[in-house]
Amino acid sequence: MSPRLTLLFEQLPDLLGGHLTLAVPAIFIGVLISLPLGVLCVKSATIRGPVMSLVSLVQTVPSIALLAIMVALLGGTIGYWPAFIALLIYSILPIIRNTIVGLESVDPAMREAAKAVGMRPLQQLFRVELPLAFPVILAGIRTATVWVVGIATLSTPVGAPSLGNYIFSGLQLRDWQRVIFGCVATMTLSLVLDQLIAVIETSIQSRRKTSLALAMCAIVGLVAMGIVPGVLGPEAAGFSKLQEKENESEKSDSSGPLRTTLEGQVVRIGAKGFTEQFILAEILREKIEDAGGTPEVLSNMGSTIVFNALAKNTVDVYVGYTGTIWSTVLKETDPISRIAMRAAVAGRLYDEYGIVLAGALGFENTYALVARRQTVQRYGLRQIGNLTPVAKDLRIGGDPEFFGRPEWQRVRNLYALSDITEVGMDSTFMYQAVADGQVDVAAGFSTDGRIEAFDLAVLNDPKEAFPPYDAVLLLSPRAAKNRDLVHVLEPLLNQISVAAMRTANRRVDEDGVTPRVAADSLLNE
Amino acid sequence: MNMHVPAIELVSLTKCFGNSVEPAVKSVDLSVAQGEVLAIVGGSGSGKTTTLKMINRLIEPTSGSVKVMGEDVTNVDPVGLRRSIGYAFQGVGLFPHMSVGQNVGVTLQLLGWTKNSIIERVNELLTMVDLPADEYRDRLPSELSGGQQQRVGFARALASKPQAILMDEPFGALDPITRDALQQEFRSLQKKLELSVVLVTHDMSEAVLLADRIAVMHKGEIAQVASPQVLLTSPVNAYVAQLIDTPRRHSDFIESLLHGKASGGAR
Ligand SMILES: Nc1ncnc2c1ncn2[C@@H]1O[C@H](COP(=O)(O)OP(=O)(O)O)[C@@H](O)[C@H]1O
Ligand SMILES: [Mg+2]
Repeated sequence: MSPRLTLLFEQLPDLLGGHLTLAVPAIFIGVLISLPLGVLCVKSATIRGPVMSLVSLVQTVPSIALLAIMVALLGGTIGYWPAFIALLIYSILPIIRNTIVGLESVDPAMREAAKAVGMRPLQQLFRVELPLAFPVILAGIRTATVWVVGIATLSTPVGAPSLGNYIFSGLQLRDWQRVIFGCVATMTLSLVLDQLIAVIETSIQSRRKTSLALAMCAIVGLVAMGIVPGVLGPEAAGFSKLQEKENESEKSDSSGPLRTTLEGQVVRIGAKGFTEQFILAEILREKIEDAGGTPEVLSNMGSTIVFNALAKNTVDVYVGYTGTIWSTVLKETDPISRIAMRAAVAGRLYDEYGIVLAGALGFENTYALVARRQTVQRYGLRQIGNLTPVAKDLRIGGDPEFFGRPEWQRVRNLYALSDITEVGMDSTFMYQAVADGQVDVAAGFSTDGRIEAFDLAVLNDPKEAFPPYDAVLLLSPRAAKNRDLVHVLEPLLNQISVAAMRTANRRVDEDGVTPRVAADSLLNE
Repeated sequence: MNMHVPAIELVSLTKCFGNSVEPAVKSVDLSVAQGEVLAIVGGSGSGKTTTLKMINRLIEPTSGSVKVMGEDVTNVDPVGLRRSIGYAFQGVGLFPHMSVGQNVGVTLQLLGWTKNSIIERVNELLTMVDLPADEYRDRLPSELSGGQQQRVGFARALASKPQAILMDEPFGALDPITRDALQQEFRSLQKKLELSVVLVTHDMSEAVLLADRIAVMHKGEIAQVASPQVLLTSPVNAYVAQLIDTPRRHSDFIESLLHGKASGGAR
């Protein structure tokens, strides 16, 4: 097996476990809620109308939005609960709907027969109507299972680990093997659960108690595996743990006295979903591991989600960017100088959220408009202002978030670029697109390794329209009080240059090394 | 128990469904003596089933009253009432997800009998309707023929040792040979157990064969109640005469065939 595939399999127990502990209880509780609700809907028209409208309405909310809404409704709590509740809600509709259809398709003669042999209403329900509706209800549960297992991949951005981690990180790293691995794992899980339910159905109908018990055990076993990660594939997991231990002891020789200061402590590292953040998270992870702590990385989190999590102490440490915080958290529109902004951000984060800005890492990851050499020559581009006269003939690529940001409004206004055509695309494809000439300019990031790799030119910004984006180490209120942790992380401050960051990014994006390896060599330099 | 109390007594029983002007059942007076078979005969839609279902309160009457063993049924719990009166359905009505044994024992289970006494009674009942218990008890209804299903239906109706049973076209869907066999068995069981029976049928021949008395229903009303003999000899109106004419013509025809054959042989 190739080392990259081995790496994917090593993560499987944790991610599959996370996926199962989300999906299976969500479906189970979904059944417990939907079945009685479906029965009530059949028995009472007054309940049925509102319940069905509400359930169908919720179902039309796009899944990723529903997950984000749950985070907001839970007051910014990230991780298991918002994901679990969203999945629970998604499981309800198919089960309620099939319960209603199943009960209503029971032959009225059967209902009358039940009454005539002397059953009371509840006896009619439990002994005749529900058993006869059972196959239809079970079909609803199977639909819910397939939906929930699929949608559970979307819990990654709200900080609940799932098989979606493969897909989200694969997309960011442009590692298609990783994406496909995540998809195949999810599909396999869907099929396995679906088949287990099918076995339950046939064994109930043909009254085979042993196969029923086996299927039930299999499902309980799967969940148990999720709750106790590492039971699955003990060899693979054990091996990787062993390796980590070895690495640890090697490194701890050099870092000497810091060795055991975080012993027994879990430190949660937040990260957004792009390469640089993955690498920075790995750097933090290594530092914490070296100090004997137990790091937990929650990657692929959305900007506001990770920030709220930090304020609530559900994430302990996170590398943010001053310019982003300035505009999206502090809602400021006009940028100020680099040092002033860092001071202002530090002060306001501490006053308003209790979040501590421990210091800058040393590099800036600002927006940069980039173009390929042919375009630069053709239009004589040196700086952003050179775009102004030809703006109406040009197309600019950028991720959709960028075009909505105040920074872009500022650049457009200051350089009079309102005629330029905006093309929204995932940042994964942006550099390729500008290198191929599919767009003329792209809104990239100054530390992105692909600027180097695709031989792109960065346009100067003489009017300082883009705000400064200092990478800063942010600590939750609780983490800031943890002297040991501060002590462990302090050596990182002012140590990472733009060049070093860009190289590390390029190695991951272009050379296909893992973020961990890139982090390793960055630390060793 | 007073043997002179009718098993079932209907007094000016009337049912109007929803907003329909014509009542489905109009002021019906009937009584069934203990151990008697009363057939209700009439065309489709004449109100037979409605009348029957008012007896065990599957349908609540609009006016009038029903007495079972002298007790007005509005004074008793309808569920208890249904458990104490057997009911054999139009189209059998066995529960497809329950085994034959479970179907037969369902009322007993509802009545809270112990597991062992249910098993014992079910075996007894299946033997009574000529289905060897060991062979049939664990089958599903779908694994039986139409005639066998109807036998199970009878066994279920008889399970709680009811005084009275209600039957709604129980032989309707059977082939003639099976029907004949079942009719014979029904008659002998009824005599043996001294059951009081209300038998709804649209088939006058069946009524003549099985009933002690026949009530002819027409458009929701009772046209005539009499023994088969009286009905054959003195029908009160043209409708009754027409209904009773069918079995008469059948038997006349068969007789003439037999007679013709006999005389042909003599020739
Ligand atoms: N649940 C009901 N709601 C409304 N009308 C009914 C209902 N049941 C029976 N009827 C009507 O009452 C009349 C008598 O029906 P029924 O007693 O079933 O007749 P039968 O059994 O003699 O064929 C018919 O006109 C039928 O349409
Ligand atoms: Mg009828």
